[in-house]
Amino acid sequence: MKYSYYPGCTLKNKAQDLDRYARLSAAALGFELEEIPEWQCCGGVYPLGTDEIATKLSSVRALNHAKEQGQDLITLCTACHHVLKRVNDDMKNNEDISTRANNYMQLDEPYKGETSVKHFLEVLRDEIGFDELKSKVVKPLEGKKIGAYYGCLVLRPGKILEFDDPENPKIMEDFIRALGGEPVIYPYRNECCGAYTSLKDGGISQERTKLIFDSSSGFGADMLITACPLCMYNLNKSEADSKVPVYYFTELLAEALGVKEGE
Amino acid sequence: MTKQEIEKNVELIREISGCDPYKCMRCGKCSGSCPSFNEMDIKPHQFASYIINGNVEELVSSKSLWKCLSCFACIERCPRNVEPGKLIDAARQLVERERGGDHLQAEDIPELLNEDVPQQLLVSAYRRYRR
Repeated sequence: MKYSYYPGCTLKNKAQDLDRYARLSAAALGFELEEIPEWQCCGGVYPLGTDEIATKLSSVRALNHAKEQGQDLITLCTACHHVLKRVNDDMKNNEDISTRANNYMQLDEPYKGETSVKHFLEVLRDEIGFDELKSKVVKPLEGKKIGAYYGCLVLRPGKILEFDDPENPKIMEDFIRALGGEPVIYPYRNECCGAYTSLKDGGISQERTKLIFDSSSGFGADMLITACPLCMYNLNKSEADSKVPVYYFTELLAEALGVKEGE
Repeated sequence: MTKQEIEKNVELIREISGCDPYKCMRCGKCSGSCPSFNEMDIKPHQFASYIINGNVEELVSSKSLWKCLSCFACIERCPRNVEPGKLIDAARQLVERERGGDHLQAEDIPELLNEDVPQQLLVSAYRRYRR
């Protein structure tokens, strides 16, 4: 199976591990990530304004490319996923935005949200299947107590993201179980890390990440996993006493599949 | 702001956000969910009433504009689809669409950097703090 793949800017720079381990794991699981040529940055934040058109066009270009290839579009970074998924929803369901974006794009055939946008974790759950994934594991993460840190962008708004129950998700816990680890469920797993405020004002993210680490460590987690480079950054910069190591979920995946040192 | 300017800005906030502040019943679910509640001077459950009562000047000069994390918790949980996060975002847009309304200058970036800053942080901050 071949997918169009949108890595996004951070996966080419500070979050290369998130990308590299995903590619190695995909190969081991028998699917291919075909990077969209000349993709453009999604902007990191979905523009909420109903009159925002130009800021959505980079997403439309990527979505339309996947449509032309006849492929589903796969993301890894939760910010890219959030932006692409919501712009796709606009192109499908918001006639005003869709018309104005298409008027600008002048494509051979207007783009109407035909592409299916999937996060890598959704491919593991819905296409590969966690039972099948489990059968491919050669180095199970035995004895590891792992807290899934979802953050915000991949879950909310649930009606559009359709990723999992936004208030009580389980996809990452099922993923941890498939790899042979023990998931630790804690209340702050879908609470915000402080997001982009850490650039100018580290206070909010320090407060938020302390709550996240106190909560996860309190429930016994030895480590956290995330799919978001900004969550990773804010968590790594935390000065909380209860801090535990944080990994991209793809790193544990590659490790369990025995392909971590494959490159 | 003159009365006309206030009315125009109320209309703009409603247009940009696509939300109807009159549907708010002040249940407080948004403020109860907001991770930045303590940082905000005007709280999420108050956004709608500031717009309804024409207190736009106070709203656009509120520090709450820059404290919203875009976590979408209030948008997810609002039982009346008022979606306070979209209202405060529209108020922020009103400020940033004016000349000089930016909350982050390109010249400030170098001293805010460290070797670990992910590109996602820079592009996200740019999109939230300036046009």
